[in-house]
Amino acid sequence: MADTPTKVVVNCTTGVTEVLPLTAQEIADMETARVAAEDQKAAAEAAAVVVAAAKESANAKLTALGLTAEEIAALSK
Amino acid sequence: MATYTLISSNVLASSAASVTFSAIPATYTDLVLRVSARGDNTSLLLEMTLNSATSTYSNTLLLGDGATASSTRNTGQAYLRAGYVNPSGSTASTFSSGEIYIPNYTSTTDKPMSSLGMTENNATTAYIANYANLWQTSSAITSISLQVTGQNFVTGSSFYLYGISNA
Repeated sequence: MADTPTKVVVNCTTGVTEVLPLTAQEIADMETARVAAEDQKAAAEAAAVVVAAAKESANAKLTALGLTAEEIAALSK
Repeated sequence: MATYTLISSNVLASSAASVTFSAIPATYTDLVLRVSARGDNTSLLLEMTLNSATSTYSNTLLLGDGATASSTRNTGQAYLRAGYVNPSGSTASTFSSGEIYIPNYTSTTDKPMSSLGMTENNATTAYIANYANLWQTSSAITSISLQVTGQNFVTGSSFYLYGISNA
């Protein structure tokens, strides 16, 4: 079984540092945040793949129309 | 002339989900927090809450990743965004570096502040995240908590809180 996650609290007035176990609620919140962050990252990566594919497709169509690589590049500047 | 005084620091001897500086004395004009950190998962975002509050935060981000630059605006947030830290996939034993500057932390008006965080990665993309942050409150800041979204800071992550006099 994994160790219970901890939090560090530094009291700036007394100089005392405590290492405390997270509560069950804090652990649950942490897991929820982790899953949400990973979902968000996966969604961003999927969106980037779609954009890259669309860009490649658009370039292919422009090339088929007779545009040079320089002319295609100039469109996005 | 501004004088920097180290208020407290912590270098993690073992991993921790969050680091809090509490009971911050009200004897300085500004605060500076220096952070060198790494997380144990994939998230990059360094989250910061003040006085344990979970509302009325907003920010504007300028982000660079070595290839493109972008900007994002967030309002009504539950935490401030204080920069980026190294995720677990970055080059082994590397840590991010960052600074959070909090002027007039004892004032009774809204608290604007800046934060800058840079990841280090010797293999692929690295980031620089520069935030303009705002906490809408009339309270003096007495505690600062930092965490990385849904993960732990790894051993060796370090946190240094300075007070600035005569800023």
